[in-house]
Amino acid sequence: MIPVEYFFILSGLLFFIGVFGFVTRRNLVAMLISVELVLNSVDINFAAFNRLLFPGGYEGMFFTLFSIGVSAAESAVALAIIINVYRHFHSDQVNSIENMKL
Amino acid sequence: MARLVMFAILAVVILASAVFCVSTKRIMRAATGLLFVLFGVAGLYFLLDYTFLGAAQISIYAGGITMMYIFAIQLVSKRTLQGLSERWLGKRTFLAAFIALVGVATVILVLLKNQFINILTGNENALANEITMDIVGKTLMSADKYGYVLPFEFISVFLLACIIGGLVILNKNKKEESK
Repeated sequence: MIPVEYFFILSGLLFFIGVFGFVTRRNLVAMLISVELVLNSVDINFAAFNRLLFPGGYEGMFFTLFSIGVSAAESAVALAIIINVYRHFHSDQVNSIENMKL
Repeated sequence: MARLVMFAILAVVILASAVFCVSTKRIMRAATGLLFVLFGVAGLYFLLDYTFLGAAQISIYAGGITMMYIFAIQLVSKRTLQGLSERWLGKRTFLAAFIALVGVATVILVLLKNQFINILTGNENALANEITMDIVGKTLMSADKYGYVLPFEFISVFLLACIIGGLVILNKNKKEESK
């Protein structure tokens, strides 16, 4: 039996590692990778809350499932936008994008 | 006890890969670190007896999203691949580390010090039952009180919208270029 606090500590650390990456990175793809870390930490919390504190219900599991689906769609659209930005500005750094249009 | 040892191993793998993922200079290594984080999280789901969730995590995240990232990295920039454009940010790195440390201290303090966990824990046989595919399918498709048919339909419409949106975004430039 794993104490549920260990899951909280793990997901908190993972969340703020993702936040750190999101703040320090200057590359669009790397920032998106950090966002994926944040989403995964939230998913861990959903699953641990459901399984260890409320084992009778299925809400956490289904929300994790929906979250996985939404993040897949979100990263697909974000990567499409990033590739489009690269075609437009010939750079994938955030500093280079100051206007919506050239 | 065996679960605790497995949890410790998975936690070490997840945190080490996450730190490697945000601190490495090469973008392809960051994607590899993300892949190991995703495998570790899938291992956590298996540890919690959410086998369907672990399989979905591996097939969608580790199989699909990581491949998409690798394709995008290869398509975007050669300079980033060779680690030329990611430079040391100086003081801002320390500021970000400070923000992250303050945040993690706050969150962990709040999660550990509140009282509702103490009331709720004590479910010793919480890990005894695995959710079968039967329950997963019936709950996803039922419109009863704890059914999820509405979010399920919404997410299918959402995926369709994302497919169309991605195609439109990527195709718009091509037409302009050909003109």
